[in-house]
Amino acid sequence: MRFLLSTVLIALLAFVAGMFFPWWCLAIVAFGVALLVPQKGWGSFGAGFLGIFILWAVVAVWIDTRNNSLLSQKVAQLFSLGHSTILLVLVTALIGALVGGFAALTGGKLRKLMQQDDSRY
Amino acid sequence: MRIVSFLIPAIITIALMIGLDNKWGSVPPLGRFLSPQQGFWQNAEAKDHNFSADLRLKGVQGKAAAYLDERLVPHVMADSEEDGYFVQGYLHAKFRLWQMEFQTRAAAGRISEVLGNNPQYIRFDREQRRAGMVYGAEAALREMEANPVSKAVLDAYTAGVNAYINSLSKSNLPIEYKLLDYKPEPWSNLKVALFIKLMSADLAGRGYHRDIEFSNAKAIFGESQINLLYPQVSDSARPIVPAGTPFDTPSVKPRKPASADSLYFQRDTSLRSKPAQQFSRLNGSNNWAVAGSKTASGSPILANDPHLGLSFPSIWYEMQLKTPLVNAYGVSFPGIPGVVIGFNDSIAFGFTNAGRDVGEYYNVRFRDASRTEYWFDSAWKPVEQRVEQIAVRGAGVVLDTVAYTVFGPVLYDQTFSAEGVPVDTDRGLAYRWAAHDPSNEVLTWIYLDRAKNYSDYYEAIQHFTCPGQNMLFASKKGTIALWQQGRFPALWKGQGLYVMPGEDSSYMWQGFIPPAENPHVVNPEIGFIQSANQRPVDSTYPYFIPGDYAEARGISAYTQLQQMNRVTVSDMMRLQCDNQDFFARMAVPMLLRYVSREALNVSENRLVEAVGQWNFVNDAESEAPSIFRAWLTELDSAIWEDEFTRIKQRREYPTAQTMMEWLLRDSAMQYVDDVATPEKESLQFQVTAALRRAAADLQAGDNDSLEWWRRKNTSIYHLLRTAVTPFARTGIKTGGGTRSLNAMSGTHGPSWRMVVHLAPQTEAYGVYPGGQSGNPGSRFYDNFVGAWAASKYYRLWVMKPEEKADKRVKWVLNFEPA
Repeated sequence: MRFLLSTVLIALLAFVAGMFFPWWCLAIVAFGVALLVPQKGWGSFGAGFLGIFILWAVVAVWIDTRNNSLLSQKVAQLFSLGHSTILLVLVTALIGALVGGFAALTGGKLRKLMQQDDSRY
Repeated sequence: MRIVSFLIPAIITIALMIGLDNKWGSVPPLGRFLSPQQGFWQNAEAKDHNFSADLRLKGVQGKAAAYLDERLVPHVMADSEEDGYFVQGYLHAKFRLWQMEFQTRAAAGRISEVLGNNPQYIRFDREQRRAGMVYGAEAALREMEANPVSKAVLDAYTAGVNAYINSLSKSNLPIEYKLLDYKPEPWSNLKVALFIKLMSADLAGRGYHRDIEFSNAKAIFGESQINLLYPQVSDSARPIVPAGTPFDTPSVKPRKPASADSLYFQRDTSLRSKPAQQFSRLNGSNNWAVAGSKTASGSPILANDPHLGLSFPSIWYEMQLKTPLVNAYGVSFPGIPGVVIGFNDSIAFGFTNAGRDVGEYYNVRFRDASRTEYWFDSAWKPVEQRVEQIAVRGAGVVLDTVAYTVFGPVLYDQTFSAEGVPVDTDRGLAYRWAAHDPSNEVLTWIYLDRAKNYSDYYEAIQHFTCPGQNMLFASKKGTIALWQQGRFPALWKGQGLYVMPGEDSSYMWQGFIPPAENPHVVNPEIGFIQSANQRPVDSTYPYFIPGDYAEARGISAYTQLQQMNRVTVSDMMRLQCDNQDFFARMAVPMLLRYVSREALNVSENRLVEAVGQWNFVNDAESEAPSIFRAWLTELDSAIWEDEFTRIKQRREYPTAQTMMEWLLRDSAMQYVDDVATPEKESLQFQVTAALRRAAADLQAGDNDSLEWWRRKNTSIYHLLRTAVTPFARTGIKTGGGTRSLNAMSGTHGPSWRMVVHLAPQTEAYGVYPGGQSGNPGSRFYDNFVGAWAASKYYRLWVMKPEEKADKRVKWVLNFEPA
C-alpha cells in the first residue's frame, strides 16, 4: 500500500510541480515523498523510479497521440532510434525515472539516517 | 555506514540532475530536452491545435487582429500602421523566431557564440566581420532610423517581435533552442539591417565579384584571353531591355587611370591570397509581366518566381497586411517588416536578382607587419582599427583586429588567409562593397506595399541600393514596367574585373550610374517584359556592367512569351513550371555531331541514343537529362582542366554557355587540345572521351537509376543541415533543371511561385516549398511541399474586413493594448 501510495504521490506531485518549475523539480518531489513515507529496502527507489517513469511515459504518449507522432518520429531518428516513437518514449521515461529513483532513494536513506532507533541496519 | 548509504545515492542524484541539465558535445541536455513538460515533446503540436488567443500587449496602440486561414496564412487587420507592423513582428516571431534570430546572428558573425568552439565556426564569424557585414548594417541602421517613416515601422516591428519573445517560457521555446541549448535574445532594429545585409551577401556579395579568380586567370592566360573566357555579352542573349533599344548618352564618364595598362591589365602573378571559401552562385529567378494587349482578359498578368537556396523553415512567410494605408498580400521575410513580393489593390510587384558586380578588392600595402599604416596617395595613412570580439561558447572571446582603409575593411591579410598560402606581412586585400554604404531598403517595401500606380512604384524603388534587383511592376491601370534598381558604380571598361591596385585614389569608384540611367522597360511594344538573371541590356548600353549573368532562361522566357497570345493565368503557371531546356537545344546537336559512335560500346551508344531522342524537356522521369548533365560536366573538364590546372589558387571555369558558343563558332579553338599530352586532340576526340567518362560516372555509385529526379535529388534541408537531417525532405520528385525556367537543382529552386492577374477583381495564385510554421513538430511545417513539387498553386485569398466570419477563418489572434 505504502509503495503504491508513494508511487502515485510522486507522479501526481511531480506533474503539478513540472507545470511551474524546471524539469529537475521531480527529484525534489521524489526525495520529499520518500522522506515522508517510509518504505522497506529499495522500495523508495522503486516508487520514485516507477512514479516518474509512468508520469513521463503517459504525458509523452498523450502528447504524441495528439501529434500523430509527427515530431517523435523525427527526434527518434535524430537519436538513432530508427523511426520508433515507442523507443523514444521508453528512453524519455527511463531518463526521468533514473533521476526520480535515485532522488527517492536518497530521501529514504535520509529518513533512515534520522531514525536513530531503527536497528535493521 | 548509514551516512555513506545516504551519501552515495545523494551524490548520484545530484550528478544526474546536473549531467542531464547540461549539453555534452552535440548531445542536448537530456533531462531538459526529454522532459515531456518542458522539452521537445512540448513542440509536438496537436493536430487540432488552437492558435486563437486574446492578447493584451504593451506596445499595441489600438485594435488589431490576425485572422489565420486553413493554410495558417494570417490576414492582419490593424487600425494603425504601427499596429500592423507590430502584429507582423509578433507573427514572424511566433512562427519563425529561431530562423530569424539564427540568420541575423550568422549575418553578424556570431555563430560560435551558440554553436561552440570549432575553428570552422570561428573562421565563418571572422569572415562575416571582416567583410564588413556589421559595419554595413550599422550604416544602414543610422539611415533607417534617421527617416521618421522607416523608424516608426521598425520600432513597431521590433516591439512586436519582442512582445512575443517576452511571452516565451522554457517549454514553448522553438525546438532548435532546446537542441542547441541557448535562448533567444531581444530583437532590435539592427537585426533588420543585418537581415538585409545577409540578402546582399547572398545576391550581390563576394560570390558575384570574381576579381580574385579573374586575376588568377589573367596571371596565367593574359588579359586578352579573359574576354574570350568570360565574355561580357553572350551571342544568343535575350536581354531585359529588348535588343536595339536606344540608350541616352551617359552622364557619368569614368576615366581609366593612366597607369592601368602597365599596372592593372598586365599579368600580375604577385597576388597571393587564397580565400578558403568558394562561393556558389546558383540562380534561377524569373519574372515577367504581360500587358493587357496580349492577355485573354485584357488585364495585365504579373508572374514571379524568385529562386533561392531551399531550406526549412522557408525563407518566406505568406501574409496579408491591411492597415489604413496598406492592403498588401504576398510573401515577407521573417526578420524584416513589410510584404516583399506580392500585390495590393492596385498593383503587383516581383523581383529577380540583377547579378551585378558591386564589390572590389584593392591590394593595399602596409608600412609593416603591425598593419597600422598603409600607403595611399604618396603618404602613410593610419588605418582605423575595429576590434571584433567574437564570443565563443565555452571558450571565452576571440579578438580580431580589422584594419579599415579608405576603400573599406581589409578582408584578407596575413592573419586571415587559407592555410598553407603565405601572404606577405605587409599586404592585404581591402574590400569595397556597395552594401557598406548607408541605405534604407525597408523604405522601398513600405512604399511599394502602399503604391497605387507607376509613379508611386518609381518613387518607392529609389530607396533601394543593394542587392540590385529587377523590380517588375504591373498595375490595374494597365502599365507594365521593370527597372533594374540599385546603386551601381560607373566603371571604366575593365574596372573591378581584377583585384585593383590599392595605393592611390585613381582606381576607386569615381561615381555611380544615375538611377534614371539604369536599365528599364516601360510598356514595351512587344507587350511583355521578362527578366531571368540575364545581362539586362545589349552591348550598346553605355556603361561597363560586369556581373554574373545567366542567359538560358531569358532566352526561354522571351521565346515562349513572344509566341503566346490571349495569355491566361494557367499559361503563366505552365511557363513558370516549364521544364524545357533551351541550352540543351543548342548544345545537344553539337555533341551528337562530334561524338564518334563507332568508338563506343553498346551501353555507351545507348546513352547517346537516349540523348538523341530527347525532346529537351527536363521531366522528372526522363533519363536523357541525367546523361546530358554528366556528358557536359565531363566535356567541361576535358576542355578546361588541362589549362586551368596551372592556376594554383582560386579558379573558375568559363560557363557552359560560353564554352558551347565558342565551340559552335570554332570547333578547333585552342582549349580543345589537351596540353598535357604531346598529341593534338580534336573536338571529336574530346566529345567522345567525355561521353565514355560520363558513362562510367553514371554507372559508378549506388544510384542505379538514371531517372532525372533521382540524380538531381532536389532536397530541402533545415538551416542546420545534416545536423538535423530528419527535419529535411530529401529526394523530392520534381523535374526542371538549372537552365529551365523551372530552375531546380539539388539544393536550389523556386522559393515562391506567384501569378497575379490584375483584373478588376484581382485573381492571384502562389505556392512556396515549405509551410507557415517553422516548427518541425507542426503539420504546417512542410505542408506546401507536395503542391509545390506537383506544380500546383493555391488561390490567394485577399480577405475583406467584412469577412471576419468567413468559414476560411480558422483562428483569430486579437491584439489589444496592455
